[in-house]
This record gives sequence, C-alpha cells and structure tokens, in this order.
Amino acid sequence: MYGKGLRPLSIATVAMLALSLSLVFFYAPLDADQGFIQKIFYLHVPLAIVALVGFIIGGVFAIAHLRTNNRKWDAYSYVAIHISVIFGVAVLITGAIWAKASWGHWWVWDEPTLVSFLIVFLMYATYYPFRYAIEDPERQARYASVFAITAGAFVPLNFMAVRMAQSLVHPRTFGTANGGLPGEMMLVFLCSLAAIALLWTTLVKFELTAKSASGQVKRLRRALDAPAPGASSRIAPEVS
Amino acid sequence: MTPSRTAFAAILGKDLRAELRTLQSLPAMALFAVTTFVIFRFALDRTSLSGSLAAGVLWATLLFAAVLGINRLFVAEREEGGFDAIRLAPIDRSVLFAAKATALLVYLLALELVTVPVFAFFFLDSAAGLLPLLAVLILADLGLAATGTLISSMAVNSRARDLLVPLVLLPLVVPLMIAASGATEPILSLGGPAYDRFGTWLMVLGLYDLIFGLVGWAVFDFLLED
Repeated sequence: MYGKGLRPLSIATVAMLALSLSLVFFYAPLDADQGFIQKIFYLHVPLAIVALVGFIIGGVFAIAHLRTNNRKWDAYSYVAIHISVIFGVAVLITGAIWAKASWGHWWVWDEPTLVSFLIVFLMYATYYPFRYAIEDPERQARYASVFAITAGAFVPLNFMAVRMAQSLVHPRTFGTANGGLPGEMMLVFLCSLAAIALLWTTLVKFELTAKSASGQVKRLRRALDAPAPGASSRIAPEVS
Repeated sequence: MTPSRTAFAAILGKDLRAELRTLQSLPAMALFAVTTFVIFRFALDRTSLSGSLAAGVLWATLLFAAVLGINRLFVAEREEGGFDAIRLAPIDRSVLFAAKATALLVYLLALELVTVPVFAFFFLDSAAGLLPLLAVLILADLGLAATGTLISSMAVNSRARDLLVPLVLLPLVVPLMIAASGATEPILSLGGPAYDRFGTWLMVLGLYDLIFGLVGWAVFDFLLED
C-alpha cells in the first residue's frame, strides 16, 4: 500500500532532476567571481536545505508517534532521518569540494553554516548506535522518538550559536530570503531545490515501501511456518 | 495523588541523602577534574592560562567530569527497582525529571565549588574573573542538568549504558559549550575581566536552558511507560 503512486513520483523526480541539471549547465549564468565551480552551489545548498528540513520532519513524525502511539509514525521518522543523514554526507562532501575550489582549503572553520551542519550531522549520526543499544522494539521506538524531538529542537539552536561564535562577518553567497541572487540564478536554484526535495520524497517513499514489503513477506513466512532467510536489521523499525 | 511538591522534595532528598552517605559520584568527579587540569598543564605546556585557552580547559574538564556524574544518575533507580516504584507511585512522572535534574544541578555546583578554585589556584593570575564566572557556571549547569537527565534516563535502560551518554550528550551540548566558553573567554582575559558580548552569550545559555528544560519536561513521561 506504500507503493501506490511510486511510479509517477519517480518519473516526476527524474524529469525534474534532468530539467534542473540542464538549467544549471546551459542556462544559469557563470558567476563573475568564482566561474564554473560556483555551479556546485545548485547541488550543495538544496541538499543542505532538504536534509535540515528532513531532520525537522523526522521530529514532527516523532511527535505524531508519541501522541498517537502508532508505530507507523516511528517508521516514518526513522526513514526521514535516515535519508537526511545520507543527504548530509553528500552535503559535507560537496561543501568540502566547493571550499577547496573557492577558498583553497578542504575545510574552513570560519564558515558558520558548514560547521553548524557538521555538528548537526554528528548529532544525527548517533541516532543509529542509540537505536541499536535499545533491545525492546516498543521501547526503542519511544526512545528514538524522544531523540528525534530533542535533536529537532537542537537544529535551529545550534545554527544560532555557531553563527554567533564567528568574530568576523563572512560574505554570504546566499543571504536572507532572496538577497544578492540575480533572477536567473534564483530561478535555477528554486528548480534545483524542487528537484532535490522530490528526490528526498521519492527515496523516503521507496524505503517505506521496501520495509512494508519485507514486513509482509516475513509475516507470510511466519504464517507458512517457514524460517526467515538471514537475520533482519535490528535498528530499522518494521512497517505493517 | 501526592502533591508534586511533596514528591519532588522526597525524590530530591532521597538522592542527595544517598549521595552524601555513599559518596559514589562527587569525589570521583572532583578527582577526575583535578587530574585533568594536571594533564592539561603538561599537554599544553603552560603554567598559566588566560582568555580562550583558560575557557577551553575549564569547560572541557567540567564537561567530562559532568559526564561521569550523568552516567551514574539513574543507576540506583535501575538496579534497586526505583523505576518500578516511581511508576507505581501516585505522582506525576515529570516530577522525577525535575527532581533528578535538580539533584544533578546540585552535584555540578558542588563539583564546581571544589574544582573552579583549584583551577584558579593552578592557572589564573588573578581571581577577579571568578565572580562573573559564577553566572556562566549556573546557566551552563542548568542546561547540562536538563539534557544530562534526559539522556541519562534513556541510556540507563539500554544495553550500551555508559557508552551512550558521552556519545549522544556531547553533540547535544555543543551549542551550550560554544556559549559558555564564549562568555568565559573575555572574563578570564589577561588584563582583568572584560564584558565583550558577555550578555549576549548569557542570553544564548538561558535560551538553551529554557528550550531543553521544556523539551525534557514534555517528553519525560514517555520514557517511563511500559
């Protein structure tokens, strides 16, 4: 039942990604200052925004889980955080490449957004050992939701603290709202953001579908009294 | 239903009395902190510290000493069946959070009462910065008590117990440590205390305390179910 609408969603994602990538390479103007390397901006920034929003969404699903006590929401929360952590790895790698190309160093400590993102990423990386350490599945789901809510509150606070710790004001590529970005670039950026957001949604839906299918297979096997092949994951919640 | 105030006083009193009689956390935390100062003296090869170095040494040491206490915060509840007793008692469960966080706050203040003068004695040229430091210590301790109690109560019911507290707590308190060392740096600077952005950092600390105090209070109920 999670597979419903998966095909049109996947097709839309592929189309949107193709459109945004062709816009990035053939339509968006070259940056006067940084030249071609600036184009990584259209990948790096949308990935970061989607990952952060995904973390917050994971927290919202966790609230839904604690309120309704429906295990479905724990699975949603887990998958949202899981995909966002994977996006987070991509953000750190593209960020490092961009930093090397434009500032000459792989890692720049006085770029507050990059540092905040690293701290948020480290926080969510502990989600897996945390889940793994709790055996009882019902308690694991509850504790994981508490973690997701706490970490969700931590995200904006952390960004504020790191931003304030900078003594100098760093020039920002992408300021408040739509400041400093010419119209064509803004259009391409919004297209990329939509494409990456669609990609995130598709991946979340795919993982939920896969989990639900393997859960169904397991239940059918149990009904047939056949042994399950191999051990299943201990940390990923099951979906009915 | 027992009034929350009575329950709070009973749990807090029980914790403090148990700690006073067994002394199982505080002396270890203080000893750990003092030894860490000695290690920093040789690791940094400095005999006196000021500014950001002083703030860094002080907060890194206090944080790791606090982790020792946070690890042991719920051990008695788990081993002696205190969790079951709390679940059976006709009290609001959030009271346990408030009482445990207050107990942890008392431990942290007691720890700092011993270790901060030792730190000043070892490394600081003048004690003028210690008075404004008190405000930073209290605000940072409130935040540590809230997050520490929350994480400790989850870690103690897991398989990895004392591994989980440092693992999950350290990234969670990064903003707290940024603000605490940001506020401490100017007041321990060489030419006497300065108050450069001191108030702003205190506000960040206060905001952190408020947010995680409320989060802890709101979600603690769910940690005691089953």
